[in-house]
Amino acid sequence: MAIPGPEDIVRHELSNGITVLARENHSSPSVVIGGYLPVGAYDEQPQQAGLAVFTASALMRGTTNRTFEQIYEELESVGASAGVSGGTHTTGFGTRSLVEDLPLVLDILADALRHPSFPHDGVEKLRGEILTSLEERAHDTRRMASLTFYELAYPEGHPYARSLSGYAETVSELTRDALAGFYAGGYGPQGMVVVVVGAVETAVALAQVEAAFGDWEGNSYERVSLPEVPRITEVRERAVSIPGKTQSDIVLGYPGPARCEPDFMDAVVCNTILGVFGMMGRLGDNVRDKQGLAYYSFSRVAGGPGPGPWQVIAGVNPANVDPAITSIREEIRRICETPVSERELADNKAFITGSLPLRLETNQGVARSILDMERYSLGLDYLQRYADLIGSITIEQVQAVAQRWLHPDAYALGIAGPAAT
Amino acid sequence: MKETNGFIKTRMSNGMSVLVKEAHAAPVASFWVWYRVGSRNEYTGITGISHWVEHMLFKGTPTFPKGAAEKAIAREGGTFNGMTWHDFTTYLATLPAARIELALRIEADRMVNALFDSDEVATERTVIMSERQGAENDPEFLLNEEVMAAAFRVHPYGNDTVGHMCDLETMTRDQLYAHYRTYYAPNNALAIAVGDFEAEEMLRLIDQHFGGITDDTDIPPMTATEPPQKGERRVTVEEEGNVAYLQMVFRMPTAKEPDFFALTALDAALTGASGLTFFGGGLTNKSSRLYKALVDTELAAGISGTSIPTVDPYVYDLSATVRAGHTLAEVEAALERELARVVDEPVTQEELTKAIKQAKAQFAYSSESVTGQALWIGFSEIFADHTWYENYITNLSAVTVEDVQRAARTYLKPSNRTVGWYVPKEG
Repeated sequence: MAIPGPEDIVRHELSNGITVLARENHSSPSVVIGGYLPVGAYDEQPQQAGLAVFTASALMRGTTNRTFEQIYEELESVGASAGVSGGTHTTGFGTRSLVEDLPLVLDILADALRHPSFPHDGVEKLRGEILTSLEERAHDTRRMASLTFYELAYPEGHPYARSLSGYAETVSELTRDALAGFYAGGYGPQGMVVVVVGAVETAVALAQVEAAFGDWEGNSYERVSLPEVPRITEVRERAVSIPGKTQSDIVLGYPGPARCEPDFMDAVVCNTILGVFGMMGRLGDNVRDKQGLAYYSFSRVAGGPGPGPWQVIAGVNPANVDPAITSIREEIRRICETPVSERELADNKAFITGSLPLRLETNQGVARSILDMERYSLGLDYLQRYADLIGSITIEQVQAVAQRWLHPDAYALGIAGPAAT
Repeated sequence: MKETNGFIKTRMSNGMSVLVKEAHAAPVASFWVWYRVGSRNEYTGITGISHWVEHMLFKGTPTFPKGAAEKAIAREGGTFNGMTWHDFTTYLATLPAARIELALRIEADRMVNALFDSDEVATERTVIMSERQGAENDPEFLLNEEVMAAAFRVHPYGNDTVGHMCDLETMTRDQLYAHYRTYYAPNNALAIAVGDFEAEEMLRLIDQHFGGITDDTDIPPMTATEPPQKGERRVTVEEEGNVAYLQMVFRMPTAKEPDFFALTALDAALTGASGLTFFGGGLTNKSSRLYKALVDTELAAGISGTSIPTVDPYVYDLSATVRAGHTLAEVEAALERELARVVDEPVTQEELTKAIKQAKAQFAYSSESVTGQALWIGFSEIFADHTWYENYITNLSAVTVEDVQRAARTYLKPSNRTVGWYVPKEG
């Protein structure tokens, strides 16, 4: 099967502002829907942290047509799944089903997105589950190191600086009416994207999506620009003590390039060299393989609509926190100061382009790629141009992007583990 | 050579089993070698040795020095990994189909030529200890380890695959190497290939790379048999934290026994369909009996059930997260009421029909990926054979309401269970 492109991805705009994309794949009798609405934590106030996530999760708790029990009885009886989850810039949704059940899951998805009833009982149950998860977070080294990193890396008041799922104090105070109000103010078809991939004819998929959402009217939030995120010029470090733990987690990083930055793909190549290639790139070689300091030590560059983070993540024995940080900083210094070799660059490019077929194997993988094309205006021929895009990146670009975004002596560092680390 | 439903199964003259299946939906292929060794073959003193040996197979051979194999795979755009479990150790690579022979070269080489360099053993010791310490950070790992140790007092299934810390501190390079030489041989191995290739050509390549490996080995028999359980067992873990967890495991039959399918149907009714992959990926379970009894009533924040197919009899596992404001005793009592109800008010035909449809959907999803198919074919060969995977829906469809009720009576009784409480202490 060919790489998805303009020949086999159909894109159609509905009159109410929804963009629908579809691609057929008849290798298995299954189909997925993926998509998003332009509403999220971006649109909540800091004192309401967790509101967007709570609202999105509550949509499946009951509609004016179905109770919570009915929604899940219908879905689970046919082995299908559907979900809505809140993010920072957008609220995502997705379904997976046998193709014969696509009309059913689409009906349930549309019901949840268009007619939620926010039943009091369901909202309270959900609140309890979120609060339990936040309690668990307080004793989870990985999650606490990550939370601390975000608080340090982004300016106060910026949505990236606060927890997406909120805090016990804020989630406890979010009323049922606050959820319903947040929904009414910002859920609507304008800017919504729906992708259908699987064993369904494109014309049928488009018609079914149009039938489910074509007459939706709703609202969307006016967005003000996000506060500027200045480059970090010093070391910002905080350790969270969690008693009883045997391993410490480290998250060291920086605000990184948005997906639309011209050097984002350079950053992808640079990051692959630093902490992905083979068994976790140079970081894996040094911190894990040579020194045996960690079971995992890798890096990732998030991209996204805003300055998502570029992070190194490692789990180490509490006694090895300092040596591990030293090694991580050495690797960051090396990639900033010393040009990578031709050979290493060629290997990493080969990996990034060669692994494309693996990422496009499943319907979900294809749907994710098509969503990115739409969301970041990459063009329907993006995957077909991908090898050339990666191929053209030079040694100088890799060093320049490292120097622009990374620094061995100025970074945000969250650590969580037993005391006295 | 035997061919059914697109599978070709054969045994090479050196004793290695081979299964290949063509799948042409995407230009990719997955190649796996499975060894019939895992923590099932371990005892105190060498617990965790199979998992550590797996790590050492990524540490180099004369042909592929340390790091060379994963870099070679990555250069071709592939993924590369290993996994150890009670019943098996397996190595896998998924690549663009035109490059799959590289995986055969690497696996054939490290079946016999892994170096086990002493310095690499020393470095890996701290990596594996770090892996264990990371796991210990998770309250549910700590609870599970105690529950399984209580559920199995003779059989090695009572030990976690990662091994005890004291064994990780003391095992030697020579012990690791001896374990490798004992169990890594064609007559203890199984090769699986699924993907966009011609089956005959794949068989020829496998023969070319593995056919010359002749060192077979006498596999030490695994003789441990867990005696029947004669009464409920209970364990408590007290550790710093703020959330309580309940785990309840019931001894259950192997995957080859008919009751396994009755229990699979029972599990679907109690906690929803489990995923057809080893790594979860199941459906939501919000219409299941235990969700309604524990989560909908706000006693628990979550409930899950797992029945993993195994070589020897294993356990059916129920795990719940207790919600703030409620107690372990309340959650356990509610769970117990519901388990009694499944005996008195048996599952209905509708619940069985739902379980079958869920399984059909899961099969359709898993067939999208060659990696997922190879996993299930290899895994089922370990505890039964690949027909177990092919006949899964047929066998599940044959289960009756009476079968499920009998299974519930036989296995879900208190005297057959081990109950674990994770009691958080404020630090």
